[in-house]
Amino acid sequence: MSLRERLASGSFAVTAEIAPPRGAGTEKITRTAESLRDWVDAVNVTDNQGANVRMASWAGSLAVLAAGLDPIMQMTCRDRNRIALQSDLLGASALGVRNILVMTGDHPKFGDHPGAKPVFDVDSVQLLWTLRSMRDQHVLLSGRTVNPAPDCFLGAVENPFAPPFEFRAERLGKKVDAGAQFVQTQYVFDVAAFGRWLEQVRDLGLHERCSILAGVGAVRSMRALDYMRDKVPGVVVPDDTYRRMQAVPADQTAAEGVKLAAEIIKQVAEIPGVAGVHLLVAGNEQAVPEILANAGIQATRGHEDGR
Amino acid sequence: MPAASPVPVHPRLGVRVAYRLQQVLRPGPGYRWLSARIEASGPVRALFTGAEHEVKSGLFGCRMCGQCALPVTGYVCPMGCPKELRNGPCGGVGEDGSCEVYPDRRCVWVDAYERAASQGRVADLRLLHRPVDHRRFGESSWLNYWQGRDEGLWTDDPKMSPGASTEASTGASPGASTEASTGASPGASPGASTEASTGAKS
Repeated sequence: MSLRERLASGSFAVTAEIAPPRGAGTEKITRTAESLRDWVDAVNVTDNQGANVRMASWAGSLAVLAAGLDPIMQMTCRDRNRIALQSDLLGASALGVRNILVMTGDHPKFGDHPGAKPVFDVDSVQLLWTLRSMRDQHVLLSGRTVNPAPDCFLGAVENPFAPPFEFRAERLGKKVDAGAQFVQTQYVFDVAAFGRWLEQVRDLGLHERCSILAGVGAVRSMRALDYMRDKVPGVVVPDDTYRRMQAVPADQTAAEGVKLAAEIIKQVAEIPGVAGVHLLVAGNEQAVPEILANAGIQATRGHEDGR
Repeated sequence: MPAASPVPVHPRLGVRVAYRLQQVLRPGPGYRWLSARIEASGPVRALFTGAEHEVKSGLFGCRMCGQCALPVTGYVCPMGCPKELRNGPCGGVGEDGSCEVYPDRRCVWVDAYERAASQGRVADLRLLHRPVDHRRFGESSWLNYWQGRDEGLWTDDPKMSPGASTEASTGASPGASTEASTGASPGASPGASTEASTGAKS
């Protein structure tokens, strides 16, 4: 069952993410995709995440597809202009990549090539809008026709925890207007704050036009948590979460992180309007089965359609 | 005109004054006539454009994109966003409302939201902005505004095409000739020595 089918069926969706390698081989990404196949509906293939050079997300997506898992190709606006982005969508769609996740992208300043030219020729709303027009109206941004039109399922991201808080649901509304059919959120640690955002989302009726997947991460170590809190833009780690993680001995941090993630999954699953979860585990993909098992979600995904 | 790197700028013009000026400067036959006269002469147009740059860079940190969004962004320039986002903030805004790239400055969209909200203009922020036309950098947006050339910059109708105002005007013709005319020639050396450092602060 593809992500699109899963969300259409109304049953709880699970996605995760895979970081392509800093190298010219697909062995590891293939292995990881195979290990996740029974547990998740689809995996994000990141696009040079954190502005660090990795294998292209389209190439990683093809490797995931070949391993029998539905890829979600991430597309950022950081590195490519409107010509390259439209061209990449045509290529990916032609080769069977269906899910496209559109995001602004981290600024080059935060990556391994801080001197790179930040492109940002279009923003995430404009890119969604463009891709939707290519699919539905069969036209490029230039007005030229596309034949055959791409077949894609469009996703967006949103951060419910960043200012201006009052505008975050509206911002998602713009993305939905522009074409977003599903959205994955930034790390949810503060479930109450997430619930407040979702209330605004429901007030705007967005959950009926767009499937909402709550972002859930597993804390591996205090160092990772510190990094997430202090260095990753837009991640909010509440003090009580931090203290809870700090209170356990270092050799049990990872286990506590898995427990915390499972608890958050159970809590967000109860909130009306949540269609599933997105596990933010790039680099720590092996934690997925444990997290899901702890949350009471079984490894049945691969078997429903005899895959 | 080479575009300097975008840096968030807090406007030096109060939001109420800005909206009052909006009423005064609204396009009409008078301004259409005046702007046509200004455009008719190269030197006058250049002088006028220079004056606009002077005024707006002082007040808003204007970078002369020629496609002014100020009337619908609480008079905070979105082109000062390091990602030049015209449709709202990215997800990296600090808890205190700071820009992720320039932590000592406020996110332009946090400013824009506050200023628009204070005047009951939040609906403006919901408009969908089309991609910027990079050929128009350096043009006078006042002349474009009075001449009605920027009417398609944004829309409240998501069914509209994203390319209606910018790319569509070029039709099917390839952009080769216009590409060369921007004059924003990058320096030859990209500063290779910094490439290796992975530190967040460059």
